[in-house]
Amino acid sequence: MEWYLPVIWAGLIGTAVAMYVILDGFDLGIGVLFPFARKEEERDVMMNSVAPFWDGNETWLVLGGGGLWVAFPQAYAVIMPALYLPVIGMLLALVLRGVSFEFRWVAKPSHRMWDIAFAGGSIVAAFLQGVILGGLIQGVAVVDGQYAGGAFDWLTPFAVFTGLAVVAGYGLLGATWLVMRTAGPTQDLGRQYAPVLLALVLGAMVVISLWTPLTVERIATRWFSLPNFFFLWPVPFAAAGVGYLVWHWLRAGREGLPFVGSILLFLLGYAGLVISTVPYLVPPHLTFWDTAAAPASQIFLLIGTVFLLPLVLGYTVFVYWVFRGKVSPGEGYH
Amino acid sequence: MEFDPVLLARIQFAFTISFHIIFPAFTIGLSAFIAVLLLLWRMTENDKFQRIARFWTKIFAVSFAMGVVSGIVLSYQFGTNWSRFSEFSGNVIGPLIGYEVLTAFYLEATFLGILLFGWNRFPPWLVTLSAVLVALGTATSAFWILSANSWMQTPAGHEIRDGIAYPLDWLQIVFNPSFPYRLAHMVNAAYLTTAVVVLAVGARYLIAGRHAEEARTMLRMAVGMIAVAAPLQLVIGDMHGLNTLEHQPAKVAAMEGHWDGNEPGDLVLFAIPDEEARTNRYEIAVPHLGSLILTHSLEGTYPGITDFPEEEWPPILNVFFSFRVMVGIGLLLIAVGLCGLYLWWRGRLFTSRWFLWSSSYMWPLGFIAILAGWFVTEQGRQPWLVYGLLRTADGISPVPGASVASTLALFVFIYGIVFSMGIYYINRLINAGPKEAPDEWPAGVPNRPLSAAEEAAREATGRPKGEGPGRAFGEQEG
Repeated sequence: MEWYLPVIWAGLIGTAVAMYVILDGFDLGIGVLFPFARKEEERDVMMNSVAPFWDGNETWLVLGGGGLWVAFPQAYAVIMPALYLPVIGMLLALVLRGVSFEFRWVAKPSHRMWDIAFAGGSIVAAFLQGVILGGLIQGVAVVDGQYAGGAFDWLTPFAVFTGLAVVAGYGLLGATWLVMRTAGPTQDLGRQYAPVLLALVLGAMVVISLWTPLTVERIATRWFSLPNFFFLWPVPFAAAGVGYLVWHWLRAGREGLPFVGSILLFLLGYAGLVISTVPYLVPPHLTFWDTAAAPASQIFLLIGTVFLLPLVLGYTVFVYWVFRGKVSPGEGYH
Repeated sequence: MEFDPVLLARIQFAFTISFHIIFPAFTIGLSAFIAVLLLLWRMTENDKFQRIARFWTKIFAVSFAMGVVSGIVLSYQFGTNWSRFSEFSGNVIGPLIGYEVLTAFYLEATFLGILLFGWNRFPPWLVTLSAVLVALGTATSAFWILSANSWMQTPAGHEIRDGIAYPLDWLQIVFNPSFPYRLAHMVNAAYLTTAVVVLAVGARYLIAGRHAEEARTMLRMAVGMIAVAAPLQLVIGDMHGLNTLEHQPAKVAAMEGHWDGNEPGDLVLFAIPDEEARTNRYEIAVPHLGSLILTHSLEGTYPGITDFPEEEWPPILNVFFSFRVMVGIGLLLIAVGLCGLYLWWRGRLFTSRWFLWSSSYMWPLGFIAILAGWFVTEQGRQPWLVYGLLRTADGISPVPGASVASTLALFVFIYGIVFSMGIYYINRLINAGPKEAPDEWPAGVPNRPLSAAEEAAREATGRPKGEGPGRAFGEQEG
């Protein structure tokens, strides 16, 4: 019954997660790059470049998690206990780096502790988000619709690798954001680290593209069986092409395009993961349809979403537009 | 070592949500206060309102950040700690949380950016509008989250199939029986709590002889608000109590320390309830007043604790004492409001040292009352997670006790640091005080609001002081 509702909701949650990964990705990435800034003024500018946006960005995380609960309560009820420790760890890391935005300013001049909390919290949160991703791709033990594994099932070399890959990926978004939104030493910092991070991200994408089909048969079948292969082979080539363009734009001194290209790269990587796992929400056991909420519940929130999400997107765009342009040193309300 | 996962999950959730609720309660009230100040500023063109608003906006930003980060934690803890509850109730209260995110979170997060960072980029009306939208967002958030909580207290509009709740009537679900009372009680509590903080800060400045103009305005606005909101809270609380008696009589019996349902209830002012002997020790009570309040008759009866089987009892002692703490503070605040009004009328509000001195220490009272009130309603719901439908013990996640215990230790450690530093920094902002009014207006400045905008622009762009009116922020006096 109403087979399309779960598909719509999977699309919506997928969109929320993609929005989150890109938007909070660049502001977490600023935290990843924070230790590499040399001067206090540089750190001020870096932080100010994302300060008006960060809590709006993190709201997508609430929408992703909340949306999962609303639309797929069973998946939510399996994934959260299965990934209990990395999820809680990520949330605590987000607490530390989130309050640093305010505390760092109020604490001045003795704010060293919040520099460390911001950088450490951002790096740990990024890493654990990658671990959560890796843990999900690998699959979760489910018996009778309940999580049936141990506390550390997620802790594997693959999950650690995806964790590091996400740190590098967010770092790339952060670096290209600095190139686009700032000038002077922070822009140079972005220019300096973006190519390194780009190389790491592309390398990680290659490794994950080989690692997953080699260890998970379902993923190998998805990509290499016919006729799927005919439709899917452009995805990795597109990623390679975009990777080259980002490198080229960075070298050519372009300011906005490397950031756009990094977002595209993320979206392609994301698309690859979606292709690998659809239609599973909790691979390899539970699909969209297995875990869907009652149609009445999905419809009730869908009606609101149809009207509210465009509004949300509208004022998100509005706020990015009004804060456009280069961030100058000393800007802020403090 | 053996851990009781149910107890640990409860302690962890109680810990994180208790820390969390302090900040939304404050930001609901503070955002409304800031919006009112900015509206007054636009209407009167009196700059003091803008200075007060910008001062409180800094405190708002710190509190809001703590509310946001501790709130994100909660949206995931339903799943990490209460996965069976999430599955049971996801169809019904999941959408309410979804609406909270869509209608409130984005609104407040987005427009807070403009309120904080927009002073030198936008016309004053847009910043004022942003403040109004942030206040609207925080109140809307309260609407949805209290609706979801109320459904757990007084579930309605659903049916249970195969051990899972399914929605039947959304209006009944959203506007379930206890929701209107809980919403009014909590939102009013937030406004009252904030007014008490504003009162304390204003009093502190007057005692120290600093920021006199701003402090007087704060004091007047706070006293006015307390004088209205505190008595109103008593009325709302009474109606809420009657509603609870109808739907959750065991909770009311525990609140009242009322054991025997065959006797009319006394109003127990103080006692130590003894669960084993099933009676109150050291009781001081007004005979029959409990019945008069709850049944509007001196001889009226209502269920006592012993009318319920013992496995249905909430934790009596906690509910009983929390209730008294809440009501005690409520009564004290009514007295503060009336005293303040009287002094204001006699023209002594700003000079009565005893009133200013005692007010300056009252800032935590509202928060304590809010926490006590939530202890009453949440512990009073036990042993149920969803009243009458799902027991707390049946709602937890299949997570080992050791995982919950270790993350609990982490929560205590990190929240301990973050929140004590947060309060320290808020205190520091309060010590710094509002930006001083300009001593004199230089020639060529046509009118005050425009100068204020220029001043804001200069402050924000970090140009050195001395280039016009006002002093740079950060310069403290005293």
